[in-house]
Amino acid sequence: MKAIVNVHLKPGVLDSQGKAVHHALSSLHFDSVNDVRIGKQIILELDENDEAKAKDEVSKMCEELLANTVIEDYTIEIVK
Amino acid sequence: MRVGVLQFPGTNCEYDTEYAFKKLGCDVDIIWHKESVNAGYDLIVVAGGFSYGDYLRSGAIAKFSPVMESVKDYAKKGGRVLGICNGFQILTESRLLPGALKRNENLHFISKHHHLKVENNNNDFLKKLNVGDIVNIPIAHHDGNYYIDDDGLKELWDNGQVLLTYCDKNGEVSNPNGSVDSIAGVCNKEKNVFGLMPHPERAMEKLLGSDDGVKMLEGFLG
Repeated sequence: MKAIVNVHLKPGVLDSQGKAVHHALSSLHFDSVNDVRIGKQIILELDENDEAKAKDEVSKMCEELLANTVIEDYTIEIVK
Repeated sequence: MRVGVLQFPGTNCEYDTEYAFKKLGCDVDIIWHKESVNAGYDLIVVAGGFSYGDYLRSGAIAKFSPVMESVKDYAKKGGRVLGICNGFQILTESRLLPGALKRNENLHFISKHHHLKVENNNNDFLKKLNVGDIVNIPIAHHDGNYYIDDDGLKELWDNGQVLLTYCDKNGEVSNPNGSVDSIAGVCNKEKNVFGLMPHPERAMEKLLGSDDGVKMLEGFLG
């Protein structure tokens, strides 16, 4: 089983990289872009067959290490 | 006074820190991250650098080092801890200090001398300085953009936990990295854990640009 974790800055926390990329897209005349947020993706290969258990375990990993919950949110997607 | 300076793989300011405290007459031990600290120290310094290559987030891996368990214990019992630069990042990641340090707003690594204003001296660290004093201290960081939510920020100011803010030579606000309220350094509510992005240990000799770090670090002496 595989877990795909996406970590990104919380809404309201200024994302300087996103802002810079937004600016660059604007200068390339991609005018339809309203906002850009940049995150990171962490892909975990898990030795676990129970989806609920896997999600629970990965949540703990996010809280303890993968995300800094002071400034970041995370989402977890389990892929079989 | 006995000072312990933590050393992780990737730490690079431990010998500058050792030099600074030796200059002030302290006994200094460098403590490898697999060892532990004990109550025999008067101050533990989490030195700057790039612990674990800043992988994942600055300070995120170091917080799980064996030595950090003993530092948490030491701090809980009232022991004094100072985190400089990457040390500050490690202390926020460990939740020994509030807030977090994000990528600099302009996305650049900033390395230069910067002026700082003393916001509070009612603590062991800055007691040799006056509120409003301006010091000239080097900064060298990529992730120094201090963030805390609005409630947390209010609490910091209300409790006198904001130690230093970035300013220009006249004391006017000058914010190099986007930190909320230009905050350069904070302490915990109990005022025994301190963290700052600037490097007082690099400002110990006039010949090298500034010796304003002496007045700062001297605060811990007595």
